[in-house]
Amino acid sequence: MSSDHGSSAISERVRRVEALLEQRGVIAAGEVDRRIEEFLAGGSPANGARIVARAWVDDGFRDRLLADANAALPEVGLSMAGGIQEQRLKVVANSATEHHVLVCTLCSCYPIALLGPSPSWYKSEAYRSRVVRDPRGVLAEFGTTLPDDVRISVWDASAESRYMVLPVRPAGTGSLSETELAALVTRNGLIGTALL
Amino acid sequence: MADRFVPGDRVRTRSVDPAGHTRLPRYARGALGTVVERAGVHPLADDRARGLPGAAEPVWHVRFEATELFGTGDHAVTVEVWDSYLEAVS
Repeated sequence: MSSDHGSSAISERVRRVEALLEQRGVIAAGEVDRRIEEFLAGGSPANGARIVARAWVDDGFRDRLLADANAALPEVGLSMAGGIQEQRLKVVANSATEHHVLVCTLCSCYPIALLGPSPSWYKSEAYRSRVVRDPRGVLAEFGTTLPDDVRISVWDASAESRYMVLPVRPAGTGSLSETELAALVTRNGLIGTALL
Repeated sequence: MADRFVPGDRVRTRSVDPAGHTRLPRYARGALGTVVERAGVHPLADDRARGLPGAAEPVWHVRFEATELFGTGDHAVTVEVWDSYLEAVS
């Protein structure tokens, strides 16, 4: 669980392992910090927004994205291979009848490469424990009220996959360019706690 | 080895309470759900957390109705579960 990360015992152990790896020449001094910084620097909700905008204007890309997101991402110059190993990405599409929302109940798994660092509420016990039980109530607290006939589908990132929501394209945007469409996409829209 | 499940199969999660790390959330234990699709092949996280290499096995997206998990609610929750956590339901 993410709260474990603050314990001094585990922190000391990590520092000791890092020091040994450096001493023995397995990694260069400061390499872990540098790799983490590089990873975080590349992650931004602008990436997720670009994927969404392409899916809105290109039905073929949309189909490929929903069938196998990892195979489709290179079409927009992105990948899930920035970390230690490539992570599987599952994109779930909102519709007039179904709304998806993401959570990691066990810790804080999140597609950092596509959405940037996660917001603090995403990691809070309140969000993680409540959104699986009462998603309609939690979404209402975000100001997102869904019609009663829209089914809510919660995805719990309990294993190795990461997820992203493909929001519904807002009405009246038929004349916008792909770049203009991407500017309409918000981080919370990609998590499923907001509509666009 | 052939997969034990295909999308659409009904499955039940094991009702277990292991002493150490597990990735089967407590709210989804002993619950009846439907296999959505395979989500890759990975060593069991429980083994990895105990310093064991863990044999690679399929991981599944399994969809549960809220009523099955919580006794209330009109939504669904899809959890990602290792093959070892699942029992087939005939």
